[in-house]
Amino acid sequence: MPMLLAIELAYWQETAIKVAVMAVLVPTTALILGIVFLFKMMSWMQSRMGPQEAGPRGLLQLLADGVKFLQKEDIIPDAADRFVFKAAPIVVLVSTFLTYVVVPAGPDLVIENLPTGIFFAMAVSSLSVIGVLMAGWASSNKYALMGGLRAAGQLIAYELPLVLAVTGVVIQVGSLSMQDIVWAQATGEIFGWGGIGLPLILTQILAFFVFMAAVQAELAQPPFDMPIAETEVVGGYHIEYTGFRFLFFFLGEFATAFAFAAIAATLFLGGWYVPGIPPDSVWANVVGPIALFVKIMFVSFLIFWFRFTYPRFREDQLQTFAWKYLIPLSLVNITVTGIVVVAF
Amino acid sequence: MPKVPGMVKGLGVTFKTMVDTLKPSGGPVTVPYPHVKEEPTARARGVIALHEDNCTACMLCSRECPDWCIYIEAHKTLAPPRRAGGKPRQVNALDRFAIDYSLCMYCGICVEVCPFDALFWSPEYEFSEVRIADLLHEKERLGEWMQTVPEFEPYEAGSEAKPKKVPAYDPR
Amino acid sequence: MTLTESQQLAYVAAQAADARVNLQFETDDGMTLNIGPQHPATHGTLRIIVRLDGEQVVRAEPYPGYMHRGYEKLCEVRTYPQVTTLVNRIDWLGSFANEVPFILAAEKLMDIEAPPRAQVIRTILFELSRMANVSLFLGDLGIQLGGITIGFYAFRDREFVLNQIESATGGRFHPNFDRIGGLKDDLPKGWIAETKRCMERMRTFCDQFETLVLGNEIFQARTRGIGVIPPDVARSYGLTGANIRGSGVDWDLRRDSVPPGLSYDKADWKVHTHPDGDSFARTWVRLQEVRESTLIVDQLLDAIPSGPVMAKVPRIIKVPEGEAYVATENPLGEMGYYVVSKGDLVPFRVKIRSASFNNISIVPWVTRGVFVPDMVTILASLYFILGDIDR
Ligand code: SF4
Ligand code: SF4
Repeated sequence: MPMLLAIELAYWQETAIKVAVMAVLVPTTALILGIVFLFKMMSWMQSRMGPQEAGPRGLLQLLADGVKFLQKEDIIPDAADRFVFKAAPIVVLVSTFLTYVVVPAGPDLVIENLPTGIFFAMAVSSLSVIGVLMAGWASSNKYALMGGLRAAGQLIAYELPLVLAVTGVVIQVGSLSMQDIVWAQATGEIFGWGGIGLPLILTQILAFFVFMAAVQAELAQPPFDMPIAETEVVGGYHIEYTGFRFLFFFLGEFATAFAFAAIAATLFLGGWYVPGIPPDSVWANVVGPIALFVKIMFVSFLIFWFRFTYPRFREDQLQTFAWKYLIPLSLVNITVTGIVVVAF
Repeated sequence: MPKVPGMVKGLGVTFKTMVDTLKPSGGPVTVPYPHVKEEPTARARGVIALHEDNCTACMLCSRECPDWCIYIEAHKTLAPPRRAGGKPRQVNALDRFAIDYSLCMYCGICVEVCPFDALFWSPEYEFSEVRIADLLHEKERLGEWMQTVPEFEPYEAGSEAKPKKVPAYDPR
Repeated sequence: MTLTESQQLAYVAAQAADARVNLQFETDDGMTLNIGPQHPATHGTLRIIVRLDGEQVVRAEPYPGYMHRGYEKLCEVRTYPQVTTLVNRIDWLGSFANEVPFILAAEKLMDIEAPPRAQVIRTILFELSRMANVSLFLGDLGIQLGGITIGFYAFRDREFVLNQIESATGGRFHPNFDRIGGLKDDLPKGWIAETKRCMERMRTFCDQFETLVLGNEIFQARTRGIGVIPPDVARSYGLTGANIRGSGVDWDLRRDSVPPGLSYDKADWKVHTHPDGDSFARTWVRLQEVRESTLIVDQLLDAIPSGPVMAKVPRIIKVPEGEAYVATENPLGEMGYYVVSKGDLVPFRVKIRSASFNNISIVPWVTRGVFVPDMVTILASLYFILGDIDR
């Protein structure tokens, strides 16, 4: 960022700017996903037109809902473990915020270009399990407890295929840095033709499939939404939450969806790279975020399309699916990738 | 050809519905209510209108109503004779005719049993109130509903019934 | 507020009874979960006390009664024409179907038969209310399993059926259209053509449901082999309707014993059964039933004879002394009215046999050892309506 602006900033100034950007970015992305997919696309898929009243064509509905949540009474159950109960949504939100840190939106537009970026993203995204478990336990509600335990089991089970799917990409690129992965795709060639670079989805299609399935489960979206299944455990771990604490969970859910879509777009679809614009030009910094956004919207469309079409699995079927299908599949993918990388 | 998995076909159904909803020829099935209103059918039982001239205060409707939510008060009086030179007729004059819509079940029995065609169904449905007591419509209010009563529909082929006539609305 | 002594005693006794139930459940090991009376899976106010071992159900016991409205007693102080408007509210999704058996019982006692035109139209409306009811079940099953989209499709297409019911009877939910000796009114012009279009829509909905839910591998994994009810168990618990046909028992009152006053013989149709007896089978049978219903309606629409819709009936209806039981195949199963008359304006006693009350009696048997999510599937596929359980 300092390079782009051509101004030298002190470390604390830089950090302040980064924090401000994050504080704006995360809720905005959650809002965008919520409005575009949860409200509009779902309505269209169900022959409805969605919210119409708040703002032009109802586009501000989610803002209005947010304000409504803020006005609600903050209820904490008598028997709840108050400290843990209050802390849980914050833990979830922190994990979401941290995931955004390493996703690059341009050659220089990245909050922190960690050399182990993808490893960091996977690690902090699994922090949310702790928040969910805390919420489930502290609510002192049987449904919440069941939901929390289900969530914990599910998130841990799907952490593995997620990481294994990423491993395939990492082996092929040879780096853990998200920037390096984008550069590898931008400068790659398909049998000597470099017109569109080499989006890794072409070689890692298996990993892409496993990654998307695992992301769906990580986000607790149908068909893997048992932790919050309202017909079984009535909202699961957020059954006792109201007002802004519920809003935190809501924000966390959608912002995490956006973050995972961003990671998927970066790993498999070339991230900020646009064919035709050289990745080292200044223009890449301008067009990059837009390109990334378009790709993210495409991936989120897939995520939400599945969400609105499928019924949900049962808890044990979900574990079976993870351990018997996804993990072997991703192991096969790693083996093949490894052999190919070593052989050529 | 291998069978397309059901999960893929399901995705097709939702996608097609989305496209249909967005197409100008398709459109959503819902209407944004306060701005656009759906027309109820002519027979829809929305609110009961009273044509006071026809009512003889015979009390049949209030007796047959399953939850007794019609209140009628009347007194006997003399009306001018029908033909010139005749005797004045003794009639019942309505003092009060009220239907409590907070109790009414919209069953239609009162309209059906009225022997003098004084009650009619109107499809009007927008008469909700903030206070429940305001749902008690007195005879002036019930009379005003007569403006919204549609003509009876003609019957389907093969029917022997004849559509009735709705009396003209006369504002008092 | 001061209570009299007897009130206090009654209160203490009620508390003690509640405590006994709780104690009984709490003293075994494991966890007791109260599903309901306000829980989305019980579509209404059914309370099911579940004893859990992990997520596995050890024992589940339904406690109905939270919505008891005492219709049997209310019927005793309503004249015969007034009863139909009450019984509309028993199974509120297929409300016209509730009136028919009562009216048929009264007609049997009075020895009146409705004119042929009325009989055919009555049958058409009966089938329309079956569609309105069962298509909502299909959508609700999707919602219970987390696929909300099919629920919206069900609401969307069911709306057209309700519109047809409304334009004929005047009421979307509570038609109150059936009368002793015929129908309240004749059909309005253009209704037949419009209903045919509506049947087309319903068939499209059935196809959509088939691809979106029945054909979905996740749905099959969730329902196949879950909640299996063998035929003899189904019989011994008194299941009726699609639940028993899903267990492979070929039993349908519309074909086996149609009471006089309905004209199912005018149409050519068949009864669907499924040998498996699991949740999938019950859903499949219901879907086929909606399809079959659209075909019945299509045929009957072409076969409406001309003539009056009301027989000669005295203005003030007094039913002669006697008793009669008439049952019909309602959307949820066998629904019957046992009417006892002492020759009065009002029935002396009405006993209502509603399908759901018997259908949920199998819940403790069929949910032993299943997981909580499966219990939701089983409850949804057994399909009950709270008003039909509690009356
Ligand atoms: S519609 Fe029925 S409940 Fe309402 S006033 Fe008339 S008879 Fe009474
Ligand atoms: S039945 Fe008709 S005429 Fe008699 S009191 Fe009622 S409205 Fe008036």
